[in-house]
Amino acid sequence: MIDAYDILETISMVREEHLDIRTVTMGISLLDCAADSVSALCDRIYDKITRRAERLVKTCDDIAKEYGVPIINKRVSVTPVSLVAASCGAKDYVPVARALDKAAAAVGVNFIGGFSALVHKGYTQSDRILIDSIPESLAGTERVCSSVNVATTKSGTNMDAVRRMGEILLETARLTRDKDSIGCAKLVVFANIPEDNPFMAGAFHGVGEPECAINVGVSGPGVVRSALARAKDCDLSQAAELIKRTAFKITRAGQLVAREASRRLGVPFGIVDLSLAPTPQVGDSVAHILEELGLEVCGCCGTTACLALLNDAVKKGGLMASSHVGGLSGAFIPVSEDAGMISAAQSGALCLSKLEAMTAVCSVGLDMIALPGDTPADVLSAIIADEMAIGVVNHKTTAVRVIPAYGKKAGDRVNFGGLLGEAPVMDVHPGSPARFIARGGRIPAPLQSLRN
Amino acid sequence: MKAVITVIGRDCVGIIARVSGRCLEYNVNILDITQKVFSDTFAMIMMVDIGNISAPFTEFVDSMNALGEEMGLSIHTVHEDIYNSMHRI
Repeated sequence: MIDAYDILETISMVREEHLDIRTVTMGISLLDCAADSVSALCDRIYDKITRRAERLVKTCDDIAKEYGVPIINKRVSVTPVSLVAASCGAKDYVPVARALDKAAAAVGVNFIGGFSALVHKGYTQSDRILIDSIPESLAGTERVCSSVNVATTKSGTNMDAVRRMGEILLETARLTRDKDSIGCAKLVVFANIPEDNPFMAGAFHGVGEPECAINVGVSGPGVVRSALARAKDCDLSQAAELIKRTAFKITRAGQLVAREASRRLGVPFGIVDLSLAPTPQVGDSVAHILEELGLEVCGCCGTTACLALLNDAVKKGGLMASSHVGGLSGAFIPVSEDAGMISAAQSGALCLSKLEAMTAVCSVGLDMIALPGDTPADVLSAIIADEMAIGVVNHKTTAVRVIPAYGKKAGDRVNFGGLLGEAPVMDVHPGSPARFIARGGRIPAPLQSLRN
Repeated sequence: MKAVITVIGRDCVGIIARVSGRCLEYNVNILDITQKVFSDTFAMIMMVDIGNISAPFTEFVDSMNALGEEMGLSIHTVHEDIYNSMHRI
């Protein structure tokens, strides 16, 4: 017999503490869509996605209703377009982005990821075309997300790609200037990108993945914060224990949804991503968990330590709850998508350098941070290079999703609406890294890469 | 297959009758009821068998939600697996 306390606890997690499944993402291989003309390629991509993901949204809605846990986002990730489009002979891949956008709209998902290239060791011709097509593709579509992997622990950092991505960010910001440069919110630069990440904007379906897979991202910062609030002034061992127990319950809900979606859609279950993903809603903030642990404000001294504790406990609790764990798995700290981060940044308590330190101990990186629109491309590249160095040396995924908001200066605000939220524009260090970035070449793989 | 129906709201005449009547309509068998009234707040947890339900379970959930709205109560109907998953190892 189910315990009445457990029933009431679950209901209150959903209704009052915003427990939800953040995303069910269907990964679809497009490798068999390759064609020798761009129009044939686009037709095949559209047909395959709409066939494979036809029932995704309806199935997820049914599961959410039956189990009483909301599934906020239904999404699709695909094979990196730079691989699929390599033989189509096109000089730009904007039509492919449009085909992805159309397919995403047809199946009713809010984002589709995989307008991507993996260039950590060098470019193919197709990678160059894809990267050059990013600004126009993101400006001309609504649902397409793009990612570029420029570094891995195994092969080091491709600094030519890092330099180029600084320019691409500025151009994307310029082309989407009428919407606070929202294009940059759909573009992520990665080190050690995972092949099975269900979260946007960095999701893509890796070449080591099956034909099709269901990956699920869980959430629940509000549930963790409430559990800590109830425990009052317990010591940090007890706090970590409490976070582990809560993460276990959250992840089990995700595992159940993943298993059911996989069974009903006849698609293999890939992974559950053990993440605490905030939203701008009050009561759904990772920053507020850190403050519940005893910080006056997120960003003050002690923030990195609290985040490290939180991130570790979430993983330990979640690991046992799922048969396959993957993706990014860790606490997210996207500034514009977290009510506590927004207010900490607004008050000046949270700055770019503290955020960078925080990314060393959690997933994923500098995320949803608005910067002045006149930030030079080489400064953006240097921000990317710093973040890549943290990922490469520490054997972890790191990423940069910053928005150099066109026409805005430090202290102004950008507002993307919905889950992407809003943020104050942050100050950037005025010193120039121009000579460093102009050098180009590759930063060699670190000693940590030699593990054989 | 089982489901759990929770009902919370201001007490009034006929809550159990109408909730169980709706179960009958869908051929859902009631296995257990835990119910209390705290001052004038009614709270009930009902365990039901949905093995022989006469319509898709999602329709039953919608129907119970509609009944809740009609009576000014919060009625929550979910498959038991969510509780088993989250609270049992």
